[in-house]
Amino acid sequence: MSQKTTDRTGAKTGKALKTVDASAGVSRRGLLKGAAALGGLAVGGQAVTGFPTVWARNPITLRQFGTGVSNLNAIAEKCKADLGITLQMTALDSDAVSQRVVTQANSFDIADIEYWICKKVFAAGTLQPMDVNKIKYYDQIVPIFTTGKLTPESVVAQGTAPNTVGFVEGPDSKKFASAPTQWMTLIPTIYNADTLGIRPDLVGRPIKNWKDILDPAFKGKTSILNIPSIGIMDAAMICESAGIIKYGDKGNMTKAEIDTTIDFLIKTKQAGQFRAFWKTFDESVNLMASGEVVIQSMWSPAVAAVRSKGIPCVYQPLEEGYRAWGGGLGIAKHLKGAQLDAAYEYINWYLSGWVGAYLNRQGYYSAVLSTAEKNMTPDEWAFWMLGQPAKTDILSPEGKVMYAAGAVRDGGSFEERMGAVACWNSVMDEDRYMVRRWNEFIAA
Amino acid sequence: MTLSRIAPYLQATPLTLILAAFLVLPIATIVMVSFWDYDSIQIFPDFVFTNYEETITSSVTWKTYLNTLKYTVIVWAVTLLVGFWVAYYLAFHIRSTTMQMVLFLVCTIPFLTSNIIRMISWIPFLGRNGLLNQTLMSMGLIDQPLEFLLFSDFAVVLAMVHLYTLFMVTPIFNTLMRIDRALIEAARDAGANAFQILTNVIIPLAKPGIAIGSIFVVTLVMGDFITVRFMSGGQSASVGLMMANQIALLQYPAAAANAVILLVLVLLLVAAILRIVNIRKEL
Repeated sequence: MSQKTTDRTGAKTGKALKTVDASAGVSRRGLLKGAAALGGLAVGGQAVTGFPTVWARNPITLRQFGTGVSNLNAIAEKCKADLGITLQMTALDSDAVSQRVVTQANSFDIADIEYWICKKVFAAGTLQPMDVNKIKYYDQIVPIFTTGKLTPESVVAQGTAPNTVGFVEGPDSKKFASAPTQWMTLIPTIYNADTLGIRPDLVGRPIKNWKDILDPAFKGKTSILNIPSIGIMDAAMICESAGIIKYGDKGNMTKAEIDTTIDFLIKTKQAGQFRAFWKTFDESVNLMASGEVVIQSMWSPAVAAVRSKGIPCVYQPLEEGYRAWGGGLGIAKHLKGAQLDAAYEYINWYLSGWVGAYLNRQGYYSAVLSTAEKNMTPDEWAFWMLGQPAKTDILSPEGKVMYAAGAVRDGGSFEERMGAVACWNSVMDEDRYMVRRWNEFIAA
Repeated sequence: MTLSRIAPYLQATPLTLILAAFLVLPIATIVMVSFWDYDSIQIFPDFVFTNYEETITSSVTWKTYLNTLKYTVIVWAVTLLVGFWVAYYLAFHIRSTTMQMVLFLVCTIPFLTSNIIRMISWIPFLGRNGLLNQTLMSMGLIDQPLEFLLFSDFAVVLAMVHLYTLFMVTPIFNTLMRIDRALIEAARDAGANAFQILTNVIIPLAKPGIAIGSIFVVTLVMGDFITVRFMSGGQSASVGLMMANQIALLQYPAAAANAVILLVLVLLLVAAILRIVNIRKEL
């Protein structure tokens, strides 16, 4: 449970954020490295037009902590340059984040948490809902986070869908509202759709469904992640795909559904289907790169990391859809006055495009697409968001070639990927029981 | 007069304070927390037995403890065999003291790196496309890579033996060096063969060293979690790993209860070893 804090105002970028515990589901060392490189560039420019510069004269520091994925040096540097607000970022794993929101309410100003964590911790009353009237780009936020529907005809996915915990009924309410209100719990920052990663050179056949991980041909060459709250969702996708069970709601299983799922996992494990269970980002990269496994649960930057070693790896879209996750910024209850204004200023800046473009270029998605588009080249936009073949080489934010010209993003366009979400990361009512049974599976 | 009465207490004070602050206090805290209650994000001061109940009545706990004991027994047996062998060779077959010390230092060379590094270095060696499998395949000895080498009990035991054998070698070597060589000559003069000398003279006299080494190895293996996690690829459980999982999920009271149970068990094992061998008498 590492905990590193860095003040991003100085030139010491990057190094201190080296360790991000990956049980958060999101340790992305490669990204952080890249962020550090970019951070250096951003220090110089102070005058960026279009934003008030009052904070430069009246220095404000905001302490932000979160699960590492969006705790990027480059963002802190750019924020300092644009707004004069100093961001102190701390990266923790998701369990530590949940605990800290609840038990150390005064230790942070901005919480960068996932939506399922929000469901767990908002009731503790340490976060204050945000007035959407003060959010400049509220109307342009991707509707997944407001109405829950990407397009008017989409169906809200199972699990802790962001719209179900995105609003409360009033400024002092702790009760989640069923429809958008004026009071938002989290401002969405970053989200993505996860699926299985495969080694196309080693699987030797097309992979179409989640159940393909159970194929006897891959005996001893598969892996799923051993983080109970996320692993159970991947397991549920696999079980449902294999016809073992049909869930009422994958994101909130009954005890009987948990039992069926875990019993099936134990049976599969004892039959030798799995090679290993991974817990950290690096482990998943190594398992895949070394050929120990050919199909496994993966996160998108891990796929990129395998590919950057020159080893083919595909983030395979599957018929049943994706398991999605999303995070957002929440404001601590104790913020008021100038600090609260600064927090809103920061959030509005976050949605104003530069950060969005930065995140989109990593293969994630940002909450306000219209502003991000203006900060990306048409070719970048077409590649990342529209799923079109790259006309030129696609560079990572630090300038490394990620995809050569002609490449197409796995899974296609934004609508194809986010429109095919089957479930969201979630926290279940039977959480404690699920964790106990999950430990049984690992010990079996 | 008074000073001489106070002096021993003064002399014992620093150690007492250190042990009280860094051993007694933390263990007391763990015992206290093990009776607290918790939910998914917080722990509450309380006095409940549910943590112990849930731990003891769960079949997972029993399986995990059995698995940990299995590792302990296997690793103990192998390290004892290897450790005794090495120590015996160093003590009785190497004549010059200088050479003995040089060779003993050679044994410690792997310990110049961190034990995590030593453990992780096995992974590329044993993997499906690892050095060992590639060598065996290119020699034509096997057609298919041997899968059991990595992410298996074999890998766990191998890494543990590698990590912990020195803890067996050192105390045994130490006791073997103290054996009066005249005793061995006397045994030989009395007509004992090499095997009889080993079983009737050397091993009984080496018992304190064996006991100390065993205590090291048993406590280390019982408390291990990182070796089991990495070398089994998350496929096997150990008590330490179970606790690490509980801590990660913020179930501190459950982890504390587990820690107390493990502590009691390890103390019982150590007591049993000391019951068989009186270390102080025979040193």
